[in-house]
Amino acid sequence: MSTNNQHSGQAVLEVNDLRTYFYTRDGVVRSVDGMSFAVCQGETLAIVGESGCGKSVTSLSILRLIASPPGKIVSGSIKFHGKDLLHLSDDEMRDIRGDKISMIFQEPMTSLNPVLTVGQQIGEVLELHRGCSREQARSRTLEMLKLVNIPEPENRIDNYPHQLSGGMRQRIMIAMALACDPEILIADEPTTALDVTIQAQILNLIRELRDRTRAAIILITHDLGVVAEMAQRVVVMYAGRKVEEADVLDLFDRPLHPYTLGLLNSMPRLDDDSQKRLTEIPGMVPSLRTEIIGCAFAPRCPSASARCQTDSPTLQDIGNRHLVACWHPNEIKTISTA
Amino acid sequence: MITMDTKKSKTLLEVKDLCKHYPIRKGLFSRIAGYVYAVDGISFTINEGETLGLVGESGCGKSTVGRTILKLIEPSRGEIIWRGERIDELSRSQMRPYRQQIQAVFQDPYSSLNPRMRSADIVSEPLRNFESLSKAQGRERVSALFERVGLRPDQMLRFPHEFSGGQRQRLGIARALSVKPKLIMLDEPVSALDVSVQAQVINLLEDLQREFQVSYLFVAHDLAVVKHISHRVAVMYLGRIVELAPTKLLFSTPSHPYTEALLSAVPVPDPKYQRKQIVLGGDVPSPINRPNGCHFHTRCRYAQERCKVEEPILEEITPGHSVACHFKLNK
Repeated sequence: MSTNNQHSGQAVLEVNDLRTYFYTRDGVVRSVDGMSFAVCQGETLAIVGESGCGKSVTSLSILRLIASPPGKIVSGSIKFHGKDLLHLSDDEMRDIRGDKISMIFQEPMTSLNPVLTVGQQIGEVLELHRGCSREQARSRTLEMLKLVNIPEPENRIDNYPHQLSGGMRQRIMIAMALACDPEILIADEPTTALDVTIQAQILNLIRELRDRTRAAIILITHDLGVVAEMAQRVVVMYAGRKVEEADVLDLFDRPLHPYTLGLLNSMPRLDDDSQKRLTEIPGMVPSLRTEIIGCAFAPRCPSASARCQTDSPTLQDIGNRHLVACWHPNEIKTISTA
Repeated sequence: MITMDTKKSKTLLEVKDLCKHYPIRKGLFSRIAGYVYAVDGISFTINEGETLGLVGESGCGKSTVGRTILKLIEPSRGEIIWRGERIDELSRSQMRPYRQQIQAVFQDPYSSLNPRMRSADIVSEPLRNFESLSKAQGRERVSALFERVGLRPDQMLRFPHEFSGGQRQRLGIARALSVKPKLIMLDEPVSALDVSVQAQVINLLEDLQREFQVSYLFVAHDLAVVKHISHRVAVMYLGRIVELAPTKLLFSTPSHPYTEALLSAVPVPDPKYQRKQIVLGGDVPSPINRPNGCHFHTRCRYAQERCKVEEPILEEITPGHSVACHFKLNK
């Protein structure tokens, strides 16, 4: 929750007008349709949204892990220290991936190799990127296991993934992602598959490591509780587009987009004793197979007008680095109090 | 083990000392090498029109409890009493009339609906089993159910894959509701759904409860959802109830250290909220080799010598509030 370092520092990563489409038999799926954002050193940026909104595709696009075909990054730029990752050769990209930019995936069950020991998997990263010998890699791996609080690291290093619990596997993933001191860590739903008490352990760990290594973190999640706890800056996605972006305090204080407000109001909250009826967002997420005309949220929006049906709203900065893509952002206030 | 005495607002279901131990067989002669203590001596009641929330982390046995009550799993020991009658010893055919009164909705709306059946047939299957209706009557009932759960009657001929996750869960609810049950066991009914859709389904469940006076056993791991929907909540750890209390009391003054830690671990969607986080070390122990004494003592920050040897029993500290701990908090 620390809000230090908000404006300082140059952006480590800048994503501009990213469009990732999937060309399927049933038509073009516009998974990411014009996303832009930036992250600075030591900052945690959260990308929030519901399933299918394109948040995971965004993160995979950054690492150029989109399967092609059917996927394709159609346009945009992803600048890492000013260099566009989309123009790198596959070899150059491979050097960056897992080294300068690394990723923690959601499913610790499926993203570890079941036939390699933990030590081999973490060691591989070090041998590839750091040119370590077997012995060096092993001793550094041990350090990493200690760093992520694995009990008895000397024994665990020779375990296979199936011998570990879900929380421990996620720690292994984190150790692997951090082995080369990345400048950017992308965490895609790092705690969704875990129980709350284990989630708390992992979130604490990520926070500690961020403060120690000053890495920039891109946290992909659907849980606004996790966002409030971890992020300094938040991007809200809906149907492949960014609908709102703000500093975390500002966003929770003054949500401007009806979708953001709807998400906040539809969550049952532990700090609320009233048991009053939840505010639903009617309807469901639109299909991305057909091109969306106008505002994607209009069919579910309580304040939609005729203009929303036809014109796609553009992002506007309403001050304090708070961006919103909505034709009627100010009308929200009256609805929330009504 | 103390059974709850809840001012006799008509007890619907009573469970006494329910156990489910799975034998682990090993070797040539399949000798029993040990047991998985999935559920180990659980007692509670559910009253008419009430929602009892059952929470705990994965592997604590909460789903097994739900399924044992439906007798989808045979209990190893214990009594299940439905409106004063024991149903745990009944044969399959004797159990039949009770099945109409106890229905279930499952977690995964993708695997709990038969993909080859049309949605109208899915919803009307329990009806066809328990009531003899003419085709026209049946169609009328199903159509009314569709409307009641927020689906359009013109979707009746569709197959499950043509529905979204939220709509499928509505189908599951309509199916459970079709035979006018008294109790519905809801096993993680909203955890596969997105937040905005989750709110729709929770609201629907609450409306239906008010309208039909149906009781819910709400099994879930999401504490905020359980707090929202339940009248009373039971917290499980390694096959046992460690705390049971009216919702407000449990969340305002948790008395078991595990409940306290569990509540403190939930992230609150408010960046200004300063919580006192209690981080539990380590993982949940295996239900095969449970720690001696209090099962929670290996992770408990208040644990003392006594906790390692002596098992605490669930005892009532104030009416309706039971805790199993030697050193109860907030006394």
